[in-house]
Amino acid sequence: MVDTTSGTRRRSSAPTPEPRKAIELIGARKAYRSGTIEFEALRGIELSINVGEYVAVMGPSGSGKSTIMNILGCLDTLTEGQYRLGGDDVDDMDEIDLAAIRNEQIGFVFQGFNLMPSLSAWRNVEVPMMYARVPKEERKQRAQRALERVGLGSRLENRPGELSGGQQQRVAVARALVGEPTIILADEPTGNLDSVSTMDVLTLFDELHAAGRTIVLITHELEVAQRARRIVWVRDGEIMRDEVNAA
Amino acid sequence: MNWSETLRISWSAVRSHGLRSTLTVLGILIGIAAVILTVGLGLGTQKDVSAQISSLGSNLLIVSPGSTTSTTGVRGGFGTSSTLTLADSEALTSSVSTPDIKAVAAEKSQPMALTAGTANWTTTVTGVTTDWLSVRARTLSSGAFITAADVTDSASVVVLGSQTATQLFGSTNVVGQTVTANGKTLTVIGVLASVGSNSSTSLDDVAIVPMSTAANELIGGATSSSISTMYIEAQSSTQLSAAYQEADSLLLNLHGITNSANADFTISSQDALVSTATSVYRTLTVLLTGIAGLSLLVGGIGVMNIMLVSVTERTKEIGLRKALGAPPWAIRRQFLIEAAILGLSGGLLGAILGVVSAWLLPGVIGSSVVISPAAVGVSIGVAIVIGVTFGVYPATRAARLAPIDALRSE
Ligand SMILES: Nc1ncnc2c1ncn2[C@@H]1O[C@H](COP(=O)(O)OP(=O)(O)OP(=O)(O)O)[C@@H](O)[C@H]1O
Ligand SMILES: [Mg+2]
Repeated sequence: MVDTTSGTRRRSSAPTPEPRKAIELIGARKAYRSGTIEFEALRGIELSINVGEYVAVMGPSGSGKSTIMNILGCLDTLTEGQYRLGGDDVDDMDEIDLAAIRNEQIGFVFQGFNLMPSLSAWRNVEVPMMYARVPKEERKQRAQRALERVGLGSRLENRPGELSGGQQQRVAVARALVGEPTIILADEPTGNLDSVSTMDVLTLFDELHAAGRTIVLITHELEVAQRARRIVWVRDGEIMRDEVNAA
Repeated sequence: MNWSETLRISWSAVRSHGLRSTLTVLGILIGIAAVILTVGLGLGTQKDVSAQISSLGSNLLIVSPGSTTSTTGVRGGFGTSSTLTLADSEALTSSVSTPDIKAVAAEKSQPMALTAGTANWTTTVTGVTTDWLSVRARTLSSGAFITAADVTDSASVVVLGSQTATQLFGSTNVVGQTVTANGKTLTVIGVLASVGSNSSTSLDDVAIVPMSTAANELIGGATSSSISTMYIEAQSSTQLSAAYQEADSLLLNLHGITNSANADFTISSQDALVSTATSVYRTLTVLLTGIAGLSLLVGGIGVMNIMLVSVTERTKEIGLRKALGAPPWAIRRQFLIEAAILGLSGGLLGAILGVVSAWLLPGVIGSSVVISPAAVGVSIGVAIVIGVTFGVYPATRAARLAPIDALRSE
């Protein structure tokens, strides 16, 4: 394990009897407006996730899972309600603060990978570190190590177009991990993977969880969700069930 | 992300759309080259004209027949008989009322065909007095000039310009040879040193004869005593205006004119000619530069257009970069640098094109082009400024995009 330190150290250096809250959604509502039609994708979500928790979000297609994820990743804003990240209201932050948060605290795996087609695998993985002002040499090394961790050590120079869907997804995972964020938000990270690759990625998430990272993962596969310690069920923009995973 | 990194990203963006970038650069390139060239051409022409006027001699006043002060146009005609005579020129030289005048050179010119053996050449035959050489600041490359005795005797002698000599004899070593003009045989007694003029009326293509010879035997006719131009040399440059006053009042007196507004001659100074010519060419230069500047503006709008296309096309990339933590300024910088690269390439290539054509053009159109390094530097600077200025709006638009909207765009 290469990059397990920062999360654990932060936790152990500030021990609190109460678990610290990483993420809080309070009365969260999100309405999309297209023309005159308004569609409410989130209808009063209450969600609180502690630092170091491993949460799976499940629900039918169109239930609002990705919408929640975009809010949590500071990519979108709520129409109503509050989103607190590490105790701070995201609404009070400006674009520059948000950019720093997206860069340093959050690792986002997009549902549609979102890789840059003109850049090679390691150049794609390098991007978050460029905005974090990591020196050039170190960036290349870390990008390489992150790709090795997802089993793509031999595909560093390939562009996304030269990679399979599963490989692209793993590049996206590597990019989310490389900045050593404290929160990992993954929207269907195993959607395109075969069972072997799925297991590899889930093992990786287990390791990250063990290292103290907060993980939120969207999936429609129960086996995948079962790896998490807590499963949140969403339906029609509302949380139906929020249960500790017995398994 | 540091500058060199941003530069690399922007550069690869510019390169990945080769043709489109090239066309954009072309717009700027043409504008810059046009500006450099028009400014250079304007300055070059100005230089040519003032050199031409200065080459007439120094501390000069030029008296020409006819009036330009009258609003009814030129009085006394060039076409009819000239209002200036040899007597005028003699009076100006000898009169006690003209102490500030050092010398006067009268000219009586007419185009005429000269023959030497089988060679035939049409040039300007000019009758002069002995002062001509010094007043017009010319020198001889060989032989001697027309003497006072030649003028008194209407001697059949001629001094040839270097170009004329070459045309007639194939060389300038022609003292002692003879040429025929208007049926009269003239002996070549000297050849003028070349003044290397690049203007259309060459100062090296002349045939100088004694005034009396021109008046009585070559040009003659009813206008035998009239002259075409007088050059008055003042004692010094500070006495130029005094010389002007003296010449003006003496000539008015001689011609019996009381109201100077009715003068049948015009006296102009070299300075006045230079400044008139210069201002005319400056106006022209400003005008042409303005037109060239417009094409630069069009080029700038081209950059803006392409940058907007680039932003629209890469909305998704912008969204992704923002989602991965790019602050707005980093996005803005990336697109500004992209625009600056387009501007700079256009500026550099345009400057090269401008300088190269400035170097080739004089050979083609026969007028000089002056390229000042400052003009080149400024236009490259302008090109960058244009790129950046027209890049600001697209870049700002890119930086303002909300990450999720940008990511969703397809
Ligand atoms: N930009 C948008 N404009 C309008 N409606 C939208 C927009 N984005 C999402 N929606 C709607 O909001 C609802 C929730 O969408 P969301 O993407 O969160 O679903 P999801 O749970 O992630 O589904 P899936 O499992 O298919 O990815 C859907 O009904 C969708 O049509
Ligand atoms: Mg989704």
